[in-house]
Amino acid sequence: MKITINNRIFNSIPSATILEIARMNNIDIPALCYHPDLKIKGNCRMCLIEITGKHGLYTACSIKAEPGMSIKTDSKNINKSRALNLELIFGQHRVECTDCVLEHKCELLRLAKIYNVDVNKFKNRKAKFKKYKFGPSIEFDASKCIDCKNCIEVCQDQEVNYYETQTINNLSRVMPTCNKNIDCIYCGQCITHCPVGAIEAIGEFEDSEKALIKNKKITVFQFAPSIRASIGEEFGLPAGKIVTNQLVAAIKELGADKVFDVSLGADFTTIEEANELIERLAENKNLPMFTSCCPSWVKYIEFYYPEFIPNLTTVRSPHIISGGLIKTYLANQEKINPKNIYVVSIMPCTAKKYEIERPQVKINTYKPVDHVLTTRELAYLLKKKNINLAKIKGKEADNPFSEYSGAGVIYGASGGVMESALRTAYAKICSCKAPKIEFTQVRGLQGLKTAKIKIKNKTLKVAVTSGMFEAKKILEELKKHPKAYDYIEFMACTGGCIGGGGQPMPVNSTIRKARAKGLYSIDTKKKVRRAHDNKITKKMYDSFLTNKHLIHKICHTSFNKKVRETKIIKK
Amino acid sequence: MNNANIISRLKKSKITGRGGANFLVWSKWSAVKKAKAKKKYIICNAAESEPNTFKDGFILNKYSDIVINGIDIALNYLGKNTQAIIYLKPEYFKKYKKKLNNSINKLPIEIFKKTGGYLCGEETTLINDIESKPKEPRLKPPFPTISGLWNYPTLVNNTETFYYISKLAKNEYNNTRFVSIFGNTKNKGVFEISNNLSIKEILKKTNNYPKQKFFIQAGGGASGEFIDQSQLNQKLKYTGSIIIFNKKTTNIAKLLKNIIRYFHKENCNKCVPCREGVYRINEMIKNNELDSQILDDLMFTMNNTSFCALGKSVSSPIKSLLKINTKSK
Repeated sequence: MKITINNRIFNSIPSATILEIARMNNIDIPALCYHPDLKIKGNCRMCLIEITGKHGLYTACSIKAEPGMSIKTDSKNINKSRALNLELIFGQHRVECTDCVLEHKCELLRLAKIYNVDVNKFKNRKAKFKKYKFGPSIEFDASKCIDCKNCIEVCQDQEVNYYETQTINNLSRVMPTCNKNIDCIYCGQCITHCPVGAIEAIGEFEDSEKALIKNKKITVFQFAPSIRASIGEEFGLPAGKIVTNQLVAAIKELGADKVFDVSLGADFTTIEEANELIERLAENKNLPMFTSCCPSWVKYIEFYYPEFIPNLTTVRSPHIISGGLIKTYLANQEKINPKNIYVVSIMPCTAKKYEIERPQVKINTYKPVDHVLTTRELAYLLKKKNINLAKIKGKEADNPFSEYSGAGVIYGASGGVMESALRTAYAKICSCKAPKIEFTQVRGLQGLKTAKIKIKNKTLKVAVTSGMFEAKKILEELKKHPKAYDYIEFMACTGGCIGGGGQPMPVNSTIRKARAKGLYSIDTKKKVRRAHDNKITKKMYDSFLTNKHLIHKICHTSFNKKVRETKIIKK
Repeated sequence: MNNANIISRLKKSKITGRGGANFLVWSKWSAVKKAKAKKKYIICNAAESEPNTFKDGFILNKYSDIVINGIDIALNYLGKNTQAIIYLKPEYFKKYKKKLNNSINKLPIEIFKKTGGYLCGEETTLINDIESKPKEPRLKPPFPTISGLWNYPTLVNNTETFYYISKLAKNEYNNTRFVSIFGNTKNKGVFEISNNLSIKEILKKTNNYPKQKFFIQAGGGASGEFIDQSQLNQKLKYTGSIIIFNKKTTNIAKLLKNIIRYFHKENCNKCVPCREGVYRINEMIKNNELDSQILDDLMFTMNNTSFCALGKSVSSPIKSLLKINTKSK
């Protein structure tokens, strides 16, 4: 099918919208409430177009291409309307460019320049609106909200419904709900789907530099598997471009004393989780086993489905394990008081800011991880210190935590935890020489993937979900058919950590796909692709993690039923 | 009456919907008929939400049997598995529920009490209301004729339209319409008059032509257009409502203020131009800071880019009222 846009002819897929076709062909049509992950709403009225032969203006987001259609994206009426609507939007968006999560990526500012608008034409009607903090993870600044309602929809898709509208003085406003039966799970999807930076992770970016303050302590940075495939985007590199060693070098340049790779922590998680799975299968107890390395998912279970708490694996998430090892094993090796070690995790996630505060992850009196920075925060710090990740010469992560398996890296993509655990479990159950390594059935961006994996004489029924919509469906299914599955991986964010709430913006399915592909490309090239084959994990189990008590202390945790805990702090 | 017959009569009569949009009835009916679906819906719109309009209430009160017969003709036309709903504003629900239920008897027609405000008269908002969804308009396309209530093809017609369908089927349609007349006049009420009359003739014929200087609002007390006494040789284009104002005693500034305040209260806050535009106009009027350039700009974008017909119609009463203002002073 062919259509004409601005006198140029383009091929179109049937059912594509004008906006989609324009974006595919680099034609700039502004759109604020449009997000490819979400439904078409048509609220912002910016993507205005004209259709030859039809009277008036239409929105490109909602008009589907028809054969022979001729479209204009630029005319006197279009530009005048866009400029006016933009001025009205600025009248409800408090401008605070100096501390904005979107920084130089601000679409409002870009459009303001293109349409030459007076951003102060209308007195800001939201200047006195409040800021809300959701627990230790998320901050919503109502004075910047433009009422596009993307956050409401994405939170609905996450089966949480934490945002709602209230009408005050004849105007509706977006607000966190006061309903006690609803609680935020800190996934941060509202952040990555907000077009104007009204929602950000706590600390972004006014407190990001706190991670660098030393106080005579040794600063240890560790970064999550998924970061290496996404942070490059902040420095002009394509999504999925792997920058592991540049990342290490850049963080060192920031002043970190040691830089470790959480992929090793993931290998410990895998080994422990595979053992637990084998144990539970043998005892036929607490099945299906649920993964628990996604703190948003854990929060969801603890709050909404506490009856499933026994199904969660007790194994800690990778960075909590490696943080614990840093403060025990490494402290011991290097003769440093663990109190003098400051561990900073770079995470794709906003819920990790909450996870480190969980009392159950403490070792003795200290926290395994002291601070969490999002991918975006690290990129911000690097840019602020003029460190160009794209150009820096790479370095290896520090010993003794520098080696990791391919299994550890794919943790960042949906299905990765499952595949890693299967690799190890398969080898342990089969004890054959060349056990299966690739379980491609569990890969991909679909919300739900299921597979039957034959291991020896047992068929393992597994499922992998990402996004809470599918997770809730599975939980409801399990209520009816408790034996439908043996092992299930759950990730709160679509695509897993590569689509996390702390990741660079924008995000969409193409970007998520590219990031996941990047991670799998590392795995394919790795000689060691199973967690238990990693020399370091072997060494640690031989020399340090030798008794059950210690393993439990560093590698396992517990969960509890929750009532609403997010205090909304207004400011 | 068979299906071919009713459609040919609808076509021949060129009868249009009486909700105010003047859409050809036969065209809507055939669109729903053509749509393939397991189930279809008919909605009789008796929200009559424009302030100071009441011709649908009058029809429900006096001719509920005829309206139900009109709906029944549509039920037969669309065939098996079609369900009809009469969508009533609370006042009408209270007053006419019994009467309507008697007329409905065993037909597959239900009665629904409107839960929202002004905007629920708009057909997609009305559908959202029945589905308990937020009371805001839906994206079009798809049009309700293809995907309406519960995503099934849905025929939404005004109460008066169904009344005339019945009349047409009985060969009793004589190109007439109902008009409610309200305001500064002694002979207020609802009148059935010929479609061919001009507004001036309507007022004269119904004994409502004021002696004093006056102007009117045609098509409803909110979105209706204001027309000066000197311009009444035109036909009534909108839904059947004329409100008469005394030029001498009417405070035009106050009238404008009330209309804007009404829109500010009743709009759904969904889209930028209507939500923000109405808010800004309301603020300007409230603070006595009406800037005509900004007002023109706001009306331009509301008129051109609003999501639904309400936003697009806000400028009509403002513009027309301001014209009357300048003329009378």
